[in-house]
Amino acid sequence: MTDQANQALAAADAPLLVSEGLSKNYGARIGCRDVSLDIYPGEVLAVVGESGSGKSTLLGLLSTELAASAGRVSYRMRDGVLRDLASLGAAERRLLMRTDWGLIRQNPADGLRMAVSAGGNVGERLMAVGWRHYGNIRREATDWLGRVEIAADRIDDDPRSFSGGMRQRLQIARNLVTKPRLVFMDEPTGGLDVSVQARLLDLIRGLVSEMGLAVVIVTHDLAVARLLSHRMVVMRHGRVIETGLTDQVLDDPREPYTQLLVSSVLAA
Amino acid sequence: MTSQHTGEMPAISYNFAYLDEQTKRMIRRAILKAIAIPGYQVPFAAREMPMPYGWGTGGVQVTAAVLGPDDVLKVIDQGADDTTNAVAIRGFFEKTAGVATTTATTEATLIQTRHRIPETKLSENQILVYQVPIPEPLRFLEPRETETRQLHALEEYGLMHVKLYEDIARHGHIATTYAYPVEVAGRYVMDPSPIPKFDNPKMDDCPALQLFGAGREKRIYAIPPYTTVRSLDFEDHPFKVQRFAKPCALCAATGVYLDEVILDDRGGRMFVCSDTDYCNARQAEGHRGEMAAPVSSSGGAVLPHPTPLPHGEREQGDAPSLTLTARGAPEGAGEGPFGAEIAS
Repeated sequence: MTDQANQALAAADAPLLVSEGLSKNYGARIGCRDVSLDIYPGEVLAVVGESGSGKSTLLGLLSTELAASAGRVSYRMRDGVLRDLASLGAAERRLLMRTDWGLIRQNPADGLRMAVSAGGNVGERLMAVGWRHYGNIRREATDWLGRVEIAADRIDDDPRSFSGGMRQRLQIARNLVTKPRLVFMDEPTGGLDVSVQARLLDLIRGLVSEMGLAVVIVTHDLAVARLLSHRMVVMRHGRVIETGLTDQVLDDPREPYTQLLVSSVLAA
Repeated sequence: MTSQHTGEMPAISYNFAYLDEQTKRMIRRAILKAIAIPGYQVPFAAREMPMPYGWGTGGVQVTAAVLGPDDVLKVIDQGADDTTNAVAIRGFFEKTAGVATTTATTEATLIQTRHRIPETKLSENQILVYQVPIPEPLRFLEPRETETRQLHALEEYGLMHVKLYEDIARHGHIATTYAYPVEVAGRYVMDPSPIPKFDNPKMDDCPALQLFGAGREKRIYAIPPYTTVRSLDFEDHPFKVQRFAKPCALCAATGVYLDEVILDDRGGRMFVCSDTDYCNARQAEGHRGEMAAPVSSSGGAVLPHPTPLPHGEREQGDAPSLTLTARGAPEGAGEGPFGAEIAS
């Protein structure tokens, strides 16, 4: 069903998420200014820029965690209709967020229930959408732990006993268990050492292509953007200053700021 | 302790049932709303009561608001009529409202309870008032009150099952034995106060009105008569109540909730009814358990009910009941020959 829907959408070449003139002010300060972008099914879009450039604000606006000062975000529902997210009721929006969407936070402690076992963390979304058979929930959770390379015998341990990389992988499993179509990631590799980062990126890349996920990934790390994303958006002072295919932007940056950004990385 | 009408007003004059009439009106409005939306926690302006939080301030306020001069009041604490909390609250209403009190479940029109539902089936002309320490069933999973209200409003109760899931994952079965969450009238998930899950089925389709008062948390909720109350569970781990291997040692009752009583420091123990009224009534009818005294010729050899020690269930920040004192015999009952031994 999902695959069919995805294929249908891909064939129709219709964007999954559309933002138009999205702005957010924090009092007199600007968080994000007039951002318009489309995200297509199965596409990974990286949002890059320095600290304070409005990346996280943009992610908050797209995922409806923040209310926009101006502009709007629309999402194509499973029935193929594009709907303004601000027009959805709270119940509908929350249902969307825990079934069709995923949100991976930089700090896994914010996205996980630290006092609940790994199995319970993965199973929470299933129970939220009405699964009431312990054996089935357990089986699905075990399967997902395997897919994110967490040993099955850790299913009853709580995430406090997990390393940073394991916690982040658990967060991914918890979000992907309902087979979402769109996942937001906020610096998913931040705070992890380089070898763990590499494994995590590999894992995310595998899952994204296998499940045909659309991903919006916020990162300050151009290497992460190059590895994962198809398209890139460069932000500065709350505005989008450059967009394009990832290799195009990284290898042939047009804007002076992007050139600076790319040249400041040792080997991107 | 037994029924008696105090006709004249006490020396210090209180308004009937302590609270002023405006406060009672406010509480009654909250109760009516709670009855209209079964299982929904209605906020109310709980007053300071002349007893500490955790000793039943919520239950006392609900009782005060629904009590009438013709009511017959019974107060139980962990099933017993003669523990500190029960005696204190019963004395409070005898003094401030001058109502008749009783220990017999069948005679009472209003029963305030802490942690038990009487074994005797309740009837349509009775109201059961529960003392509630923590009304929010999702509290230990979601600390934000704004969020738990959202979850109730949107009927998002997946989190409650996460708790049950954790129980099974850790213990192999649902190990929650008290304050077991229930779904009321197919809508709201509710904390039934720390009653043993043994009592959960008694709430379902109950002819009596059930009111819940939480004083510190300032919430009132209700189950109207004949309402469906379902204990949450999993398809492959259905809800089950506790079972006891032996009948009550005093009255030989089966299918009732038993308290463990430690008899000595050499492992001696007995299991007796937690509901003292039920146990005493059965003994008066001549039922005898294996450790009960034989019927004496002096008539009415009802044993003083020994003191139960709390077992298996950790006290939940709620009223500490003084369980180490010996329970006195109900008035009019003969002194049991082994009473002292059993209580020692």
